[in-house]
Amino acid sequence: MFKLEKRPQPSKVWTFGAPILAVVLTIILGMGLFAILGKDPILATKVIFWDPLFGEFADLDRPDVIKKAAPLILIAIGLSFGFRAGIWNIGAEGQYIIGAITGAALALSFYPMEARWLIFPLTILFGALGGLVWAMIPALLRVYFKTNEILVSLMLVYVAEVLIKAMAIGALRDPDGFGMPGSRDLRRFASAANPDLITGSGIHLGVVAALLSVVAAYIALTRHQFGFDVRLAGQSPRAAAFSGVNPSRLILVCMAISGALAGLAGVFEVTGPSGKILGSFPTYYGFTAIIVAFLGRLHPVGILLAGILLALTYIGGNLAEQSLGLPAAAIKCFQGLLLFSLLGVDLLTNYRIKLRSKGKAQ
Amino acid sequence: MREKLLELKGLTKAYPGVVANSDVTFTIGKGEIHALLGENGAGKSTLVKTIYGLVKPDTGTMLLDGAEFRPAEPKAARASGIGMVFQHFSLFDALNVAENIALGMENPPPFSDLSSRIKSVSETYGLPLDPARIVGDLSAGERQRVEIIRCLLQDPRLLIMDEPTSVLTPQEVATLFDTLRLLSSKGTAILYISHKLEEIRTLCEHATILRLGKVVGTCDPRETSARDMAEMMVGSKLHTPTNAGKKAGEVLLELKGLSAPAPHRFGTALKSISLSVRSGEIVGIGGVAGNGQDELVAALSGEMGTGAQMIFLDGRDIGAASPNERRALGLCAAPEERNGHAAAPDMTLTENALLTARTRKQLTKNGFVDWEKAREFARDVIAAFDVRTPGPENAARSLSGGNLQKFVIGREIMQKPRVLVVNQPTWGVDASAAASIRQALLDLAAEGAAVVCISQDLDELMEISDRFAALNGGELAAPRPTEGLTVETIGLMLGGAHDMEPAHV
Amino acid sequence: MDINPILLLAALMVASTPILLAAIGELVVERAGVLNLGVEGMMITGAVCGYIVGHGTENPYFGFVGAAFAGAALSFVFAALTQFLLTNQVATGLGLTMFGLGLASLIGQGATGSSDLIVGKLNLPIISDIPVIGRILFQHDPIVYVSLLLVAGTWWFLSKSRAGLILRAVGENHDAAHALGYNVRLMRVLAILFGGACAGLAGSYISLVRVPQWIDGITSGAGWIALAIVVFASWNPWRLIAGAYLFGGVTVLQLNLQAEGLKIPTEYLSMAPYLATILVLVVIRAGRAPGSLGKSFHPSS
Repeated sequence: MFKLEKRPQPSKVWTFGAPILAVVLTIILGMGLFAILGKDPILATKVIFWDPLFGEFADLDRPDVIKKAAPLILIAIGLSFGFRAGIWNIGAEGQYIIGAITGAALALSFYPMEARWLIFPLTILFGALGGLVWAMIPALLRVYFKTNEILVSLMLVYVAEVLIKAMAIGALRDPDGFGMPGSRDLRRFASAANPDLITGSGIHLGVVAALLSVVAAYIALTRHQFGFDVRLAGQSPRAAAFSGVNPSRLILVCMAISGALAGLAGVFEVTGPSGKILGSFPTYYGFTAIIVAFLGRLHPVGILLAGILLALTYIGGNLAEQSLGLPAAAIKCFQGLLLFSLLGVDLLTNYRIKLRSKGKAQ
Repeated sequence: MREKLLELKGLTKAYPGVVANSDVTFTIGKGEIHALLGENGAGKSTLVKTIYGLVKPDTGTMLLDGAEFRPAEPKAARASGIGMVFQHFSLFDALNVAENIALGMENPPPFSDLSSRIKSVSETYGLPLDPARIVGDLSAGERQRVEIIRCLLQDPRLLIMDEPTSVLTPQEVATLFDTLRLLSSKGTAILYISHKLEEIRTLCEHATILRLGKVVGTCDPRETSARDMAEMMVGSKLHTPTNAGKKAGEVLLELKGLSAPAPHRFGTALKSISLSVRSGEIVGIGGVAGNGQDELVAALSGEMGTGAQMIFLDGRDIGAASPNERRALGLCAAPEERNGHAAAPDMTLTENALLTARTRKQLTKNGFVDWEKAREFARDVIAAFDVRTPGPENAARSLSGGNLQKFVIGREIMQKPRVLVVNQPTWGVDASAAASIRQALLDLAAEGAAVVCISQDLDELMEISDRFAALNGGELAAPRPTEGLTVETIGLMLGGAHDMEPAHV
Repeated sequence: MDINPILLLAALMVASTPILLAAIGELVVERAGVLNLGVEGMMITGAVCGYIVGHGTENPYFGFVGAAFAGAALSFVFAALTQFLLTNQVATGLGLTMFGLGLASLIGQGATGSSDLIVGKLNLPIISDIPVIGRILFQHDPIVYVSLLLVAGTWWFLSKSRAGLILRAVGENHDAAHALGYNVRLMRVLAILFGGACAGLAGSYISLVRVPQWIDGITSGAGWIALAIVVFASWNPWRLIAGAYLFGGVTVLQLNLQAEGLKIPTEYLSMAPYLATILVLVVIRAGRAPGSLGKSFHPSS
């Protein structure tokens, strides 16, 4: 038997050590999972984590990793403020979808006008606004009706999923598409396209935005009053109220940030890598970003690394599916395990584990 | 000499970094009212939890009626006839009285039987209580009755009472003492834990005094002076704060019919409170816990919104001002609860300094925090108020209660407020630290600030305040000069306000 | 329009049952002071396990039992993490949902079965033949009645039994319950397992009775709606029935309207259950939540 003892101070070592331990633990658990599925665990691990970055065809995979990581990071950065403050926006997937819809709708309304200087910025702005507005629904309901934001934001994901399907066969359907579902391909509409800045690199403006969001979040969190208020509200809500933090305003601001960033991720995706409004556009980024946010310990730099790691599991998972026949669902399980391990080992930062018999253990 | 009921022999219990009890030995007789006296942190709670089966001692034994007594859990202790009335944490707000009582019993009878037993016990001991009421709606005194009846229904041989009077009016205290004496005469021993000396002198026939986990003395409190006991408890001569004779200046803070609804279901509404506080004076507000103290502090600090034309600072209506706007104007406050209200336990002292001092100490610029300056301020508070900590980068939760309290009060005083509102400034603080906090409040007033000190410690209010007012059910009686007030008058002010004033329509 | 109101009401009871089952489990969990947001994940795992076991044994009742075990097993992961490793309940619950969705889809790869697995309907001599009422109330499969019995049983347990009193005490103020010597963790772990079993059973009802088929993502948010209904019901078992049936009504009605081919595109109709849930959350002022809901308990002091 072991016993927990609260540390007077959070452990500095484990603050950094815990996520690493969690990753190692998950890889071990994952290997077990792969073995149960009848795959060579070592080979599968290599295909997932090594090949996309350093394998034979890594040149083709690396841009994909970057493209996947960018929206995850962008969304997770947005979520991290709310999560720190105890505001649980878990409907980022919905805000991501709506951002794509509003951005694409704006761009397509100008089709085929050639004015990139006007249309592209407006498209991006509308995408961000769309996500923001969608996030404001749970935020305002929470502030004015004390409605649980977890449930409302989540319900709105299902609504957004239905909405994008309706758009793909309705208002935004490509008039020249012979009745097939799906909008025009925005990548072919030069005024609104978001192509790779260097062809084939995978680095589009969304990637740049993701990196900028990391820097901005870092500054806000460590240097700015806002970051302090967010942390304070999350740790001690009453102390925050005493300090002068207005809880309603904090909810609105945090939800606005996460909604806008999710919307931004959506519009960069629909004008770039994905190209079209389609029923299959939603790819679970909004949910995976929750794992990214926690894995990065809600810290901007951690989120950057965690986003890349999760993107790796996607791309590596695809490779493993093609070459080893590893089911795609196994990767989802794997991501879930990652979150569990991380949450579990997090204990070590705030508690000491002591063996109940003689002797001490860290 | 009474027959022995419970003997404690060499009880020792150590926690990392602290020895809570060290070789504690004493005996409680049958039917004896035995005081356990000591400051916060002296090890009283640990000792009592050991007897009640919540803590297992590292070494030492207990004998109950001469047989070895080693309760593995509270159930076992209760089965052996030990009952305990807790200071905190033992009632369930959303459940009714009978359910709360049933939870404290091993084999509770069906609800209807239980209700009638509750009624009969409450009549026998003069503790009126309705079994069907929801506990969250009861007053502090009534809540305590629930706990006492819960114990009495088990026919305990030893009843442990942990700081039972901190929530009672003097009249309620008198009633409680009658009940306890009655119990004692029927053969129930009482272990009475307190740091209030006068109470112990009135009630108890034997006292064991703990300091830093050790028994440092025993006495018959009926024949020992309060001062002697206090010095045994503290281990040194006491320093009494000095009031440097001051003159009241112009009115700084004025409340005109301050009313506010209860902020949550079990809170208290403020009812038309009027009060003016002048520069250089300390107004003490006494009252039993839960009569609107928290709400009054929240209304003054700006944490809780109130209507217009109710709160004036320098004649200016500040009802709509946010906490930081009020601080900028010179009104600072320190709520009662240090952990999670006045301070954030998981944050460092530097961060906790920023918590309230950002405005007056200009710790932020364009929204960006000047951490170096914040650290500097935290260091100043630590130095000026003798806060025991390795440095400002330590988490607030690593400080002892008393040290954190010094930090919290120091943080506000060092911002040189023009009006300071404090609630329970010395709660859970050792006697010497309490004396220094009181001195700091007196000094602040002497420099011309207006101070509102809310406290349940009447001795404290008598010592430092110029005028005294009682808060009862969210109403504030008109303040009276402290000089010449007797404990009896104050008791009437605290408990009997309803009798003296016609009910509001 | 010719929607038959009798069939509609009968269908309503069937449509409400999975949500009611999942919600009654979660209600017990929340009354014990634990917020498990993993209902959706446990439900879908139950759905796939129930389907596979039911078809493997060619007995739907083995399927239901298997699903309950699967749900409980998954909830044990949540219990271990939140009660022993003190993890954040919100994050762990979300993780459980994500893990459950992945796990179910993994287990369900190629899970097809003979779709003629039939769960018998109640057929009482006189009662089931009462016109209108008999058709609406007394011609369902046994699980519908099991769900109602569970509600009644839970009500009795919580308000009349000693163990139920302790469970409420633990949920209301875990420090006080601990001080009185009750085993907070044990109580909570048991409640979580019960919640998991109910969610698993609820899932298998969808895959074995309501649809009945295994499709990836088959629960489509029912677990979340169950969570919403617990709030709507103010943690009161009887009000849960009202909430679940109200929601079931909206679902059945929109399905019927879709079948009717109204002017409204079907996509917008299928948003109805989710929008209705939001509306209900806004309109209904929830009562007071259990005092310790969502807080971690560590018996240190």
